[in-house]
Amino acid sequence: MTTLLDKRLVFVTGKGGVGKTTVSLALGLAAARRGRRTIVCEVSAQEHASRIFKRAEIGFHEVELRRDLSAISIDPDRSLREYLELQLPVKAMSDLLYKSRIFSYLAAATPGLREMVTIGKIWELGLNQRKAKHSEPYDLVIVDSPATGHGIGFLQTPRTFAEIARVGPMANQAKTIDRQLTEHERTGVVIVALPEEMPVNETVSLESALSETVGVSVDAIILNALYPKRFEEAEETTLREALGAAEGGPGAVAIRAALSQANRARDQHRQRARLGELTSAPIGELPYLFAPAIGVEQLELLAEVLEQSGAVGAPR
Amino acid sequence: MSGVAEILAGKGVCICAGSGGVGKTTTSAAIAAGMAARGLKVAVLTIDPAKRLADSLGLPELGNTERQVDPALFTAAGIDPGEGELWAMMLDSKQTFDEVVKKHAPDAETRDKILENRIYRQISNALAGSQEYMAMEKLFEIHSEDRYDLLVLDTPPSRNALDFLEAPKRLTQFIEGNSLRVFLKPTGLGMKLVGRGTGVVFSVLKRITGLDLIEDLSEFFNAFSGMVGGFQERAKRVNELLADERSTFLVVCGPAGDPISEAVYFHRKLIEAELPFGGVVVNKVHAEGAVAVEREDLLAELSERLDNPELAERVTDNFVDYRALTVRDRANIRSLTAEMNAERVIEVPYLDSDVHDLSGLLAVNRYLFADRTERRALAESGG
Ligand SMILES: Nc1ncnc2c1ncn2[C@@H]1O[C@H](COP(=O)(O)OP(=O)(O)OP(=O)(O)O)[C@@H](O)[C@H]1O
Ligand SMILES: Nc1ncnc2c1ncn2[C@@H]1O[C@H](COP(=O)(O)OP(=O)(O)OP(=O)(O)O)[C@@H](O)[C@H]1O
Ligand SMILES: [Mg+2]
Ligand SMILES: [Mg+2]
Repeated sequence: MTTLLDKRLVFVTGKGGVGKTTVSLALGLAAARRGRRTIVCEVSAQEHASRIFKRAEIGFHEVELRRDLSAISIDPDRSLREYLELQLPVKAMSDLLYKSRIFSYLAAATPGLREMVTIGKIWELGLNQRKAKHSEPYDLVIVDSPATGHGIGFLQTPRTFAEIARVGPMANQAKTIDRQLTEHERTGVVIVALPEEMPVNETVSLESALSETVGVSVDAIILNALYPKRFEEAEETTLREALGAAEGGPGAVAIRAALSQANRARDQHRQRARLGELTSAPIGELPYLFAPAIGVEQLELLAEVLEQSGAVGAPR
Repeated sequence: MSGVAEILAGKGVCICAGSGGVGKTTTSAAIAAGMAARGLKVAVLTIDPAKRLADSLGLPELGNTERQVDPALFTAAGIDPGEGELWAMMLDSKQTFDEVVKKHAPDAETRDKILENRIYRQISNALAGSQEYMAMEKLFEIHSEDRYDLLVLDTPPSRNALDFLEAPKRLTQFIEGNSLRVFLKPTGLGMKLVGRGTGVVFSVLKRITGLDLIEDLSEFFNAFSGMVGGFQERAKRVNELLADERSTFLVVCGPAGDPISEAVYFHRKLIEAELPFGGVVVNKVHAEGAVAVEREDLLAELSERLDNPELAERVTDNFVDYRALTVRDRANIRSLTAEMNAERVIEVPYLDSDVHDLSGLLAVNRYLFADRTERRALAESGG
């Protein structure tokens, strides 16, 4: 079986704010360390990679962050433009179309067109024979997907679009892309979850929708920001008693912090058990990092944890 | 009056906006419960609430209408709401869209044609912004029935809060795609082009998208054309409601760096759009490390107190971790406060467990509704 990082295309998905961007970049670092030429794609004009790696805005360019790791921020308008240029050999023609009123109406009115050209660009990045000018192929394309508002939207875009357009080059390309998304050797999906009730519930329904309805391969669930278990239950009792006896002051504050950590860790580990029971993909875990912000150093650490994790594939 | 109650004095609509997972649903429900406990008749429109929260408020899975939350729940929590009532509903955005179509369709035939159209089915489910817009639409509808003192609107889990503000524009843009009709008039024999200069564009377009898509869109817009005016008019009135002086936006955000800058950005956008800004709720603030102390001193104190040096060491390490978060959150909130009117930043701490019933909501309300002295007392008692 191919492991996650040996695939060509990996979509990182999950509820809003669970850590998709963090996990995408950590996976990218892990893959690059193995010598896989990797690119991480942000969509809807997000710019986290450049900020974390302290670069100027990346925009619609492939920018190398370090050896074997690049990033791009894909915006739908630029994708659409590039798509037209690739489809229409004469530049004057694509310009004419792009600038025409009728086309901009059509682009605004066609449901899913913006998402479709975004996925189209992602697909192009993963081709052996790239179509874009002056471009080289990648071994691995990691997609920091949009938050799942309602389930599976983004990954289902090509199929939905093919149904809407039915015929013509765009519909045909959408069908090709849809086929490749459901090719398990080639494309994988990672769901990021948090050890909280709602994110766990959503992960459970997302996994079944993705594998059953869309037919993609859910290769791993990454349970992010898990609190370590720092105190045993007997110790909690000790702490509670000490707090009862204590007056105020730093000691009491520290003990209260310990008790609240213990409480949250317990809740989280309960959610973690639930997640294990209710899903079937391998689960990898990332620790909660008590850092003021996630920077490159923290990402390196998370990448290392992912590399060791059986869920992502043992290092070779 | 204080905190949220002060911000909401005299308001009829409160919209809780913010990026994904920050606590919009929790905050909206808490605010609604708090205002009901203060004697108002309040309805909260929630969007995908956690099942346990919905269950504990007695909300059924579906159903696009408000239900009253059992007053016995308040009594059980030791609260006498007096005249106050809490009503809640879960938004069903597809159903709301259908209702809008039914309302605006000139006749039954057009209505059915739209409801069955492939393009319509896609947009009502998946068009970006349609869930956001339908939330506003439902708000508008309930507001015009004039049955409540206050309506609290939760917003969908968007990538960023701005998606909510842009929803009407996106939908209007979409609807204006009906200008395609001007170019494409269906005739008995397929499509006929109208207008000069469109010939070249059209033939190029056809090569890219195929003809079917253009025909389907054209059919949809033809069916929809009689409703465009009504729809636009409605969108305008929805916007007026949001901009009304009796409406207010609360921005909900987390205490980390990115969320704080997003809240600042959103605040600016609200002002630009001339929408009423009420305040910022910074949720899940880390306050566990709220005391400055040297590691050595703390370790010594704890070793003595716990009579277990190894445990004391772990408690100390844990405190150092939390202290870092507390310091970060404080600095972030300070810069947020500098950016806005200080009175309008309300902090809610990261509670020890998540919020899934009325008593949890009331725990959040201790902070949302605290006045300045209460706030200081809460901070000193360590939450
Ligand atoms: N393991 C972790 N420990 C501590 N903080 C974390 C961890 N993972 C992510 N975070 C922080 O949580 C926040 C959300 O993470 P991130 O931006 O990766 O989420 P996302 O799913 O991409 O969000 P969105 O849906 O908004 O795109 C960020 O502030 C990030 O720094
Ligand atoms: N102050 C708090 N302390 C502890 N847990 C909290 C707090 N506020 C919210 N939560 C918990 O955080 C989780 C997310 O909250 P909530 O569902 O309100 O967020 P949301 O912004 O509505 O998310 P979405 O964008 O997905 O709709 C819930 O499990 C809730 O119980
Ligand atoms: Mg992200
Ligand atoms: Mg919510």
